[in-house]
Amino acid sequence: MNASIAGALLLIGRKLLTAFAQLLVVATLIFSVMYIMPGDPVLLLLGAESNPSPEAVASMRSQLGLDQLVLSQYFTWLWNALHLDFGNSLTNGYPVSSYVLANLPRTLELAFAAIIIATLIGVPLGIAAALKRGSMRDTVLTSIATIGISVPVYILGTLLVLIFSIKLGWLPASGYTDISRNLVEHFRKLALPALALGFGLAASIARMTRSSMLEILGRDFVRALRAKGMPERRIIWQHVLRNAAIPIVTIIGLQLGNLMGGTVLVEAMFNWPGLSTLLVGAVSARNYPLVQGAMLAIAALFIVINLAVELFYSLLDPRIRRKRS
Amino acid sequence: MTARALRIARSQPAFMASLLMLAAVVFMAIFGSWLAPHDPFAINPTSVNQGSSAQHWLGTDEFGRDLLSRLLIGIQPTMLVAIGATAIAGIFGSLLGIAGAYGRAWLSFLIMRSVDIMLSFPPILLALLAVGFWESGVLSLAVVIGVLYIPHFARVAHSATLQVTRQEFMEAERAMGASVRRVVFTAILPNILSPLVVQATLTVAAAILLESGLSFLGLGIVPPEPSWGQMIGTARGYLAQNPMYVIWPSLLLALTVLAINVVGDRLRDILDPRLREE
Amino acid sequence: MLEVRNLSIAFGTSTGLKPAVCGIDFDIKPGEILGLVGESGSGKTITSLGVMGLLPPNAVVTGGEVLVDGVDMLKRSPAELRKLRGRHVSMIFQDPMASLDPIYTCGDQIVEAILLHEPIGKTAARKKALELLEKVRIPDPERTMRSYPHELSGGQCQRVMIAMAVSCKPRIIIADEPTTALDVTVQKQVLDLLRGLNQEVGAAILLITHDLGVIYEVADRVVVMYAGKKMEEATTQNLFANPKSDYAKALIDSMPALGCKHARLPVIERDAAGNVRSVRPEPCVRSARAGPVPEDANGVPLLELKDLCKSYWVKPSPLSAPVEMRAVDKVSFAIAPRTTLGLVGESGCGKTTLSRAVMRLSTPDSGQILFKGTDIAKLSESAMQPFRREIAMVFQNPYGSLNPRQTVADLVAAPMVIVGEGTSAERSKRVAYLLDAVGLPKAAASRYPHEFSGGQRQRIAVARALALKPSLVICDEAVSALDVSVQAQVLNLLKDLQLEFDLTYLFISHDLSVVEHVSDTVAVMQKGRIVEYGPADDIFAAPKDAYTRMLLDAVPIIGVDRAARRAQ
Repeated sequence: MNASIAGALLLIGRKLLTAFAQLLVVATLIFSVMYIMPGDPVLLLLGAESNPSPEAVASMRSQLGLDQLVLSQYFTWLWNALHLDFGNSLTNGYPVSSYVLANLPRTLELAFAAIIIATLIGVPLGIAAALKRGSMRDTVLTSIATIGISVPVYILGTLLVLIFSIKLGWLPASGYTDISRNLVEHFRKLALPALALGFGLAASIARMTRSSMLEILGRDFVRALRAKGMPERRIIWQHVLRNAAIPIVTIIGLQLGNLMGGTVLVEAMFNWPGLSTLLVGAVSARNYPLVQGAMLAIAALFIVINLAVELFYSLLDPRIRRKRS
Repeated sequence: MTARALRIARSQPAFMASLLMLAAVVFMAIFGSWLAPHDPFAINPTSVNQGSSAQHWLGTDEFGRDLLSRLLIGIQPTMLVAIGATAIAGIFGSLLGIAGAYGRAWLSFLIMRSVDIMLSFPPILLALLAVGFWESGVLSLAVVIGVLYIPHFARVAHSATLQVTRQEFMEAERAMGASVRRVVFTAILPNILSPLVVQATLTVAAAILLESGLSFLGLGIVPPEPSWGQMIGTARGYLAQNPMYVIWPSLLLALTVLAINVVGDRLRDILDPRLREE
Repeated sequence: MLEVRNLSIAFGTSTGLKPAVCGIDFDIKPGEILGLVGESGSGKTITSLGVMGLLPPNAVVTGGEVLVDGVDMLKRSPAELRKLRGRHVSMIFQDPMASLDPIYTCGDQIVEAILLHEPIGKTAARKKALELLEKVRIPDPERTMRSYPHELSGGQCQRVMIAMAVSCKPRIIIADEPTTALDVTVQKQVLDLLRGLNQEVGAAILLITHDLGVIYEVADRVVVMYAGKKMEEATTQNLFANPKSDYAKALIDSMPALGCKHARLPVIERDAAGNVRSVRPEPCVRSARAGPVPEDANGVPLLELKDLCKSYWVKPSPLSAPVEMRAVDKVSFAIAPRTTLGLVGESGCGKTTLSRAVMRLSTPDSGQILFKGTDIAKLSESAMQPFRREIAMVFQNPYGSLNPRQTVADLVAAPMVIVGEGTSAERSKRVAYLLDAVGLPKAAASRYPHEFSGGQRQRIAVARALALKPSLVICDEAVSALDVSVQAQVLNLLKDLQLEFDLTYLFISHDLSVVEHVSDTVAVMQKGRIVEYGPADDIFAAPKDAYTRMLLDAVPIIGVDRAARRAQ
C-alpha cells in the first residue's frame, strides 16, 4: 500500500516536472520567435516614416534593453516572466501583465461556459447512441453529430446572431459587459458566443463518448458480467460508464485546453475581449511584449489544464495508479 | 471489388451523396471561372445587396457583384490551400511519425516532444500569428497550415507504426537482415496507409475550416479575390439587409466539410482492419 | 439437468444465414463433467453462448431447445434468463484477465457477484468472498481481495473467476477453454481445482476445449464437434480406447502424446464428400534432388552456446533501484548438424530472449554463440550479414509473422531480395520450388497471406525460412497457435524438410509432447537456466531434475492403454 502511494507521488512529481519543462521550452520558443519575425520594434515604435535619428533609436534600444546580448535579454525576460512581468506595452507603456490578467478570466469564463454546454449535450447523446447501436436513434444522433462537427463555429455563430438577435431580438449580437456593472447583461452577452462554441464541441464530444462506450461494451468483461446475471442497466451504469468515463473525461479536458486559444474566431466575431482578442490586436500592432505575454498565457493555461487532465486520468485508472513493475 | 463498391453505394446513400458533393466541389474548383454566368469582379453600384432575381440567381453582394459567380470561383483558393497543406502535412508528418516510432531513442524523444509542444498551441492561433506577421496568399497559407498539421499526422503515424512494430513480421524482417529503408517502405508504410488516408481526409476538412476561418477574419485570401470564408465574413455586416448573402456560402462550405467528414468516417470503417477481417 | 436438443445456431451475413451449429444434442447429469471438444471453428464456443443466452447480436438460434431442469431457456424472457445466469448456470472464460473489470478490485467483484443472487449483508458477503478465495487456493486471499486484476497473474485471475462462478452454488458451470491461456503447471492446478469443486459443490461442468489432453484428465463424458456437427458422444474411457467416428479417431491419432514416438503423425484428410479420416503419411525418403548426405564435420556442433547471459534491468517498485533480472543465465548447449534440439520451458522462462539472442536480434551480455565454430555473439550488424543467410527463423504467430501487404511470392523471395541474390527470374523459380516443397499450390504465389489458413501460413513462413538454404532454423513456438490436426501436418513437414534440406532445428516450445515428438536432444529451461539437458529419450524416460518431473507430471497424459494400443 505504501509503495503504491509512493508510486502515485512519484507519478505526480514526474508529470509536474514534465509540464514545467514543456512550459520552459514553449517560453523559449515564444521569446526566440520574436527575433525571427520581421519588423524592428524600435522603428515601429518611433514611427519608421518619421525617419528617427540614430541617437533616438539607440536610446530607445537601451531603454528597451535591446542593446544587451540576446542571451542576457533572454534570461532577464525569463526571470521577469516567472514573476508575471512581461514588460510594458509598446503602444502606451502600460504593463503587459495588467492586460493579460484582465483578459485571461474572460477567456476562461467563455471556455468553461462552452465546455459545460458541450458536456451537458454531448455526453448524454453519445451514451444514448451507443446503447442502441445501429438503431434509428443511433443513426439520427450520429448524423446530427457529424453535421455538428462539419459546421464551422463562425457559421454557427452567424446563424445564431441571425436568429436570436436580428430576427427575434432576444440577445445582443456582440460585446461584453463587466459582471460587476450589470450581471444580467453580462450573461446575456455570454450566451451566444458560449452556445456557438458549445454546440460544435458537443458534437465532437458526443462522437467520442459513443465510440468510447462502444469500445468498452465490446470488452470481454461485459460478457462475463452478463454471464453472472447482472441486470443490463447496472452493467451499463456501474461498469461500462465508469470505464468509459476515463477516456471521456480526458477528451473533455483536452477540448477545454484547446479552447484557450481556440476561442479566437468566436472572440473576434462577438467582440469578446479575451486573450485571443488581445493577441490578434497585438500582432497587427506589432506590439511584441504584448504578443509574448498573451501567447505565454495561452500556452501556460493549456499546459496546466492538460496536466490536470493527466493527473486526474492517472488517479482514476487503477492500471496507471498502481502500476505493477 | 467493383461489385463490393456498388453494394456499398446502394446501402450507403449518405456516402454516395457525399462523394457526389465532393465531385461537384472539385469540378467547381477546376472549371468555376468558365461556369460563372457573370464577371465575378464586375462592380455594379445600382444593384447592391439584391436578393435572387432572373439576372442574378443568388443575388448580389455589397458591391453589386454576382454572388453565384463569386461562389463558383471562391472554392478554388480554398481547395488549393487544403490540398497543398494536406500534402505537406502528410509527407513530413508521416515520415516524422515513423522516425519517432522506429528510430533511435533520442531521435524519437526529440520528435515526439517537439510534436507535444507544437500541439500545445491551437493551430488557428499559430496560423493567425504567421499570417499576422507575413503576407498571406494561397502558397503561404498552404505552407503555414501544412506545417501546423504536421504534428497531428506525426501522432497518427507514430501510433500506427508502434502497432506495426509490435508485430512479428517486423522481427522477421530484422532476422533476415533487412535494411532500414526496406523496413520502412515495405513493412511499415503499406501497413499504416489506412490510418494515414483517414487522417488525410480529416486534414483536408480541417484545412478548409482553418483557411475559411482566417479569411473570415480578413486574414486569409486577400480581396477582391473571393473565398467562401471571406464572403461569410463580409456578409456578416449585411445580415439585416441581405440574409441570403451569408446563407449561400455558409451552406456550401458546411456541406463540403460535411461531405468530407462523411467520406472520412466511411473510409475509417472500410479500412479498419478489425472490420475487414470478417 | 441440462439438456440440449437439436440446437442449431446461424450467423446472419450479408448473403443470408450461415449455419455455425447444426442440430447438436447432449445432456449433462448432476455432478458430471462433460467435455465438448473440437478444433477452432467447430462451433463449440457458440454452442455454449447459445446455452447461456449470450449469443452475439449477429447470431440467431434457428432451432432446437435448451432445457434446464426441464424448462426451455430459449423461450424465457431476458429477465428470467438473467436470474438463471450466475445462480443456476455460471461461466468461466478463456481470457481471465480480460473477463474482470479493470477498475474494481477482485474482492469488490466477487462480493458484487454474491450480492446479485444472495440476500445477505455486505460484511457477510465479504467474509464469504474471502472463504471462496481460500477455497480456490489462492496464495494470500486477503491481499487478493484488495488487488486489481492487472496486479495478478493469469492463473490467479482464473482462480478469482472460478471463485465468482461457484459463489452462488450453481447447478452448471460452463468453462470455455479455461486453461488455454495458462502454463502447463498452472493448467494442472486449475483443472484439479475444477474437478475438486465439482465434487464438493455438486455442480455439473460443461468443459469446452480444443485440448484432448485436458478432456482426458477431467471429463467423464465427451462430445466431439466438427464443423458445427456432433461427431461422437462417448464416455472418456470409450472415446480414447475405441473411438467410433472417423473424425474422433483421426483427431486422437494426430495428437503427439508423451510416451509414444513415431516418425510421422497421422493427419486428418477430408474427401470430396466431406467425410474425414486419418491418414498416416509414409515417412519421406530423401529425394534424389537433394544430393548426397554431407559428411559430418568431425562432430563439430553446428551451434554451440557457452555460458550465454542476457539481463534486463527492472524496478521492483517505482522508488527502488533497478535490479538485474537474468532472463538468460549461463546457458550452454550444443546442436549437432541435422539434429533437433528441443528447448522446453513455461512462459517467462527466458526461451524467447534466448532465441532472440541466438538470432542476434539482441546482443547478449556475455558468453559465446559459436556458429560453425565462429563466435557471433558480439558481431556488428554488418558482420552478421553472412550469418543471417545461415540462420533462419519461423515465428509463433502465423497471422503476425507475415507482412499482410505482400504477396506470397514477395514474402518468400524477401530473404533473397535482401541479400541481393539471383535475378528476378531465378528468384521466382526458387519460390516455385520452395512452395512445392512445403506443399502449397503454385497459384499461391500471387495471393496475400490473409487468404490462407493458419497452417498454410505457417507453411509460407517455413518456405521463406528456407529461401537462402540455411543450415539452422529456429522454430519459436512454431506450432503452438495451430489446431492439433494442422499441427501434425506442420510437424510432419518440418521433419520431411529436415531430411530434404539438411536442416538443423532449434525447436522452442512449451508443449512437452510436441518437443518429445520432434527432438533428438532436449534442454529444459527454468527461470533463465537450463536445468536439464540431454538426449530426448533419456530425459523423457527418466527425468533427473525436479522441475522436469513436475512439468512431465503436469502434462495431461492420454492413458497408458492408448499408448500401449498405439505401440502395437
